[in-house]
Amino acid sequence: MAFIWPSLLAMILFIAVPIVSVAYQSLFVEHQQIMTQVESCGPFGCKSEARVDAAAMAELRTEEPMGRYNGLGTYTNASHLAFGELRAAWAASEGFGDFFDKVMNLPFYKALIFTLCYTFIVTPLVIVLGFCIAVAVNAVSARLKGPVIFFSLLPMIVTPLIGALVLFWMIDSRGIIGATLQVLFNDPQLSLKASPTLTWVTLFVYGVWHSAPFAFVVFYAGLQTVPQDTLESAMVDGASRWERIKYVTIPYLMPLATFIALMQLMDNFRVFEPVIGFSAEASASSLSTLIYSDLRSGDFPLFGSAAATSLLTIFGVVILLSPVLIRTWREFKHKG
Amino acid sequence: MPLVALSTGFVLLWLFLAAFPFIWTAWGSFKVEADFFSRTDWMNAFTGPATEAQTGSSFTGSGYHGAWIEQEFWRAVLNTSIVVFCVVTISLTFGTLGGYALARSGFKYTFWILIAALIFRAMPHVTLVSGYLLPFFEMNIWGYLPTTIIVLVAINQPFTLWMLHSFFMTIPKDLDESAMVDGCTRFQAFRLAVIPVMWPGVVTTGLFSFLLAYNDFTVTSMLLSQENQTMIPKINSFLGSTQQEGKVMYAVAAAVSAMAPLFVLVMVFQRQIVSGLTAGAVKG
Repeated sequence: MAFIWPSLLAMILFIAVPIVSVAYQSLFVEHQQIMTQVESCGPFGCKSEARVDAAAMAELRTEEPMGRYNGLGTYTNASHLAFGELRAAWAASEGFGDFFDKVMNLPFYKALIFTLCYTFIVTPLVIVLGFCIAVAVNAVSARLKGPVIFFSLLPMIVTPLIGALVLFWMIDSRGIIGATLQVLFNDPQLSLKASPTLTWVTLFVYGVWHSAPFAFVVFYAGLQTVPQDTLESAMVDGASRWERIKYVTIPYLMPLATFIALMQLMDNFRVFEPVIGFSAEASASSLSTLIYSDLRSGDFPLFGSAAATSLLTIFGVVILLSPVLIRTWREFKHKG
Repeated sequence: MPLVALSTGFVLLWLFLAAFPFIWTAWGSFKVEADFFSRTDWMNAFTGPATEAQTGSSFTGSGYHGAWIEQEFWRAVLNTSIVVFCVVTISLTFGTLGGYALARSGFKYTFWILIAALIFRAMPHVTLVSGYLLPFFEMNIWGYLPTTIIVLVAINQPFTLWMLHSFFMTIPKDLDESAMVDGCTRFQAFRLAVIPVMWPGVVTTGLFSFLLAYNDFTVTSMLLSQENQTMIPKINSFLGSTQQEGKVMYAVAAAVSAMAPLFVLVMVFQRQIVSGLTAGAVKG
């Protein structure tokens, strides 16, 4: 079947090859600065100082664009896995809290912890909120349903960066939510952007707001297929509304919840745009923004560092998905 | 009926949460910065006294004028249109061919595409971007629209393949096989028997390709040069470079401009979007 070739070729060239390229790049670091002694003469006499030799650097970069070979050094340095720093922190710290504070100062672990917190806090909240909305919408009159679905889709469909910006402008201390919060807590200095904790909470709230529509739509579609006779017989047996939801609806929708959880785990693990939109890199960096800021740094991107973080992230994705992968593999073997 | 009242109340609350930020921002984009970010009273963004004082009317298009004309946002809109159109066309072409081939072959590789689709959905796109940059610099193809288009097509391919593959599985094999018995080649059978009935699946998949290309920030912001920028990175660059007084409204106006097509899209294709979102759930 020749039909598969265009898409297979595109995937090999732009997905498989880049991953190999990332793995290769992660073994290199940028060149050391070449210094030259420059005589600089001013009105107060001449002195010699060390400067970066820009011409020699440029030549070196064209000769060896990858940088110099560093082996696995990038993986273990302070801005990645930081084994040395971890050992030192463990030895020097008095208690677990102290150790944790020190770990939070290491960029990779800080990003990893934020990413994991975001993933595992937002995902369950999305499922619960989506389910509540779906049940509520199912109970209201049919005339409302069309508009409700239309408006509910908006937070999910709108570009994540723009969605984040819209909320960011509203929580500005001069924006509607920011100003209202200041009045509510009677604290004119209150700013959601200033404290790391509040920034984290804001990002979580954004995440739930953005993804709840997805869970709602899937649950709502599922609710339409709940067997009516089971519900009726439960009603005949005297089950209250709450009992019917608990013993009939929820078990019936369980597979859908698993599906949503899987999708959300994957989407939330790569959280990126909200952190950029909320300008929150200082207090909440995720694995993705860590790579992004490496590639954006200074005059010349830190390819080696970005590549090492990328590979560690891909590794994290595989670990995250491994239960699902194993289950799918078993089902596949079973069927085939 | 307290229960219905409770549900209605909850639904209305959710509606407010979902829609209000957009309505508020769209309304505020016609004000000046002193009103939208008012130091004195947030109600100013609603009534607009400073807008009235500065421009003589309570609505102003100055944010839009500044963004579209002064900052040349129209160029970004044009670039986005090109990128989105090409990405949707190419990825649907590749995807229908590939999805059809997979659905009709007896091989057991459906598992592997599913796995690929899963992993690429979870993998942050920025990890791939860090692999593109250096080779693209070396080959001198960095910064151009075609490079970005083909990258977006490739990133989207696993998902497109998976959706179209499951769609083609629902088209009975007999249809194209009987066409081949009647003397068609495989390609003719595809063109004459399958293409006429495949549009519903293609439209749904196309919508999601459209959203991916339109909403993308990671790839477009890293792989396009300044003059080739699309809308989303352009809006982000408004924030970085133009923090001075008044320019924030450019970003607000540009963001509202970028939101508008999506509103229309949801209005027109609500049914297809919902069915696309639930398709994966139903098929497992």
